[in-house]
This record gives sequence, structure tokens and C-alpha cells, in this order.
Amino acid sequence: MIRAFFMVMRRELTVAVRRWSDLVMPLVFFIIVCTLFPLAVGQDIEILNDIGPGAIWVAALLATLLSLNTLFRDDFEDGSLEQLVLDKEPLTFLLLAKTVAHWLVTGLPLVVLSPVLVLAFGMPVTAIPGVVLTLLAGTPALSLLGSVGAALTAGLRQASGLLALLLLPLTIPVLIFGARAADMAASGESIVGPLYMLGGISMLALTLTPFATAAAVRVSLD
Amino acid sequence: MDTASYRLEWRELALWRGDRCLQSGLNGQLEAGQALTVRGPNGCGKTTLIRTLCGLSQPETGEILWQGIAIHRNRPDLHANLAYAGHSNGLKGDLSTRENLRFAAVLRGRHTNQNELLHGLRLTDCADLPTRNLSAGQRRRAALARVLGSGAQLWILDEPFTNLDAAGIEWLGIRFNHHLSLGGLLLMAAHQASQVDPDRETVLDLPGINA
Repeated sequence: MIRAFFMVMRRELTVAVRRWSDLVMPLVFFIIVCTLFPLAVGQDIEILNDIGPGAIWVAALLATLLSLNTLFRDDFEDGSLEQLVLDKEPLTFLLLAKTVAHWLVTGLPLVVLSPVLVLAFGMPVTAIPGVVLTLLAGTPALSLLGSVGAALTAGLRQASGLLALLLLPLTIPVLIFGARAADMAASGESIVGPLYMLGGISMLALTLTPFATAAAVRVSLD
Repeated sequence: MDTASYRLEWRELALWRGDRCLQSGLNGQLEAGQALTVRGPNGCGKTTLIRTLCGLSQPETGEILWQGIAIHRNRPDLHANLAYAGHSNGLKGDLSTRENLRFAAVLRGRHTNQNELLHGLRLTDCADLPTRNLSAGQRRRAALARVLGSGAQLWILDEPFTNLDAAGIEWLGIRFNHHLSLGGLLLMAAHQASQVDPDRETVLDLPGINA
């Protein structure tokens, strides 16, 4: 089972690396959305400081959403998803492996890039660890919740709008705690409370969503 | 190898697609060493039947038994013994044939001699190219290589001969008969002659809708 888990992950990562343009797009989107704020709001450093944490989190959420479209779509179309469903290993684990790989190629790069954006918003250097930690604790929940929506909409055309409608309400708690914690980090307060909450949401998502994703994939294929 | 007991059975199946009834009252069984070929006009529910029998789709009514146990309760055992190739080949276009086959083999926990299979299917020359660069026939061969190398007892194939050339069809026929002679089970939908030894083959002719 563990072997199958890592094999699926390895395949996902190999495919992702070979289609690096798909990989880069959410990242570029993340950066562009963040750079739009200074252009739209103006160069008042006070205001940018205030909206920075929230803007980074909204951009991270939208970038994740953008990348989720293809999580199961390609596999659905080329028949790989059928093969996973018919595999002797539990579907729940195989799909979790796919989701983990998805986080590694989209969520993790967002986390890695975020310090640059923290500085771009003129927030203090001391805010960087806090913002990075909130994204690190929160983005897994986004990928996991997203996998349920992506599985439900895998077989539909024009699914991206529906996916956004399904997912955005579910991700609101993550956004609230994430942005609040990032904000507290920027103003030098302790972020332990909201960070625990984010980690809790991610753990809850890790334990519950794989089953929902597996069920949704079966429904999509029926 | 004790294969005598492998058995797939279905009772009173009714197949629906959307709000149309495709087939109803289907009964049948498949035992070790037997082949069942599903025939019928386009749109009569061949693919739906095939997908239902391997558990991808739910039948509207009726039940499917593997080893005498309903398949939704016996999934691990069914899946451990099943190799399926549907309309879509189940290959990742960015990976080579070798990588695709290796992935399938590791998931099955099985090491097969890829080279022999690739040679038999005349895929050796293009085994390291991404499968998206292969022709439709070559991709079909790669998908069949996955089934042939799976070591599974039950092969369920949806139109395996599509896009294959004459030599490929003949070679596949030989492999089918070999599989059956070892006590394997074979279920396929096909428009062409199935190449299977007539003694081992049952043909299920599905009537067209409105017929």
C-alpha cells in the first residue's frame, strides 16, 4: 500500500515536471495578483501593509483554485482514473497520493515564494516566518478540500466556474484564520492560536476529505 | 495454480444510460477458461455492460457476483484479479510506454518481463517515447501490454481490436487463447471476429434498442 502510494506520487510529480508550464502558471498568477494590489491601491505603504496579509492569502487561494481544475481532469480523460478505481489498493490512498503531489507542486511553491511578496507589500522582515508558517499550515487544507470539488467536477465541461462556487465557501474558514494569523504576524503579535486552528483544519481535512474524494471519483465515473 | 474456482456471474441486470433503458433482464456467467464476447449494434449498451461488470458503473437493478459474492462487497479480491482496458487507454501521455507499464506493474506489485511483451506487440522501438507521440494503434498496443502483463485472471476489454493492424489482431488472438488455456477469463466487446477458440467462446448478442 505504501509502495503504491509513493508510486502514484512519483508518477504525478514526473508528469508535473514534464508539463512544467502548467506548473508555473498558478505561481505566476499568484505573483501577478499580488502585484496588482499596489497598482490598484496606490503606493501608500501604510495601506499596503494593512492589506498585504489578506491579499497574499486571497491570491494563494485563487492560485490553488486555478490549479485544481486539472487535478483529475486529465486522468479522467485519458482513462488513468478508471485504472486507479480498479486497482487493488484502496482508492482513498491512491487519490490522497495524487492530492499530496498536487500540494507539493502548487501549495509548497506558494509557501516558498511568499517571503518575496511579504517584502513587496512593504511588511517588516520579521513578518516573514509568520506568513510562511500560516501558508504552510493552511495550504494543505486548500488542496485537500479542493480535491473533493475537483473529483466531483472531473467529468463536467466548463467545470471551473462550478468548482469555484463549490469550493470558495468551504475554504472561508481557512482564509479567515490564515489571513488573520498573517496579519498578526505582520504586526508582531503571537500567531500560535490561529496557527493551531489552521493546523487543526488541515488535519481534519487530511482525515476526512480522502474518503469524500474517493466517493466523488466513483460517482464521476459512473 | 488453482484457478478452477474463478467465476463472474450476473443476474437480472438492467442497464440505463440517463433516462433510457438500454438492456434489461441480462443473465450470464463466465468461468475459468471461458471467453464471452459481447456484440451488438452501436449504442446498445456494450460498453455500459462491460463497465458495469467490472464495477465502474452501478446497474439499475440486478446483481453481479465475483466468486459468489456481490462485487461491491468483494472489491479487493475482484480488483486484484482484474485487468481492464476501456475505450480510453489509461496511459499518461507525458510518460513513455515503459514508464506507463512500470507504473502499472508496481501498483500490481508484480514484475513482468516488459521486453518480451514490447517485442511481441512491436513496441520496442518506440517504448521510450512519450505515449502522446505514438499512433492510435501503438497506444492501443501499449494499453493491451498493460493487460497482458498484469498476470490477472480476469481480462475485461472494450473493443481491444480497435486501431490494430492485421498482424496485431492475430498476435492478440494467440495471447487470448493462451490466457484461456491457463484458466483465465476473458470478457470483451468486439465488432470483429474475436480470434478466440470457438470451443471456449460464448457470444452474447445484445439487441439494438427499439428492436
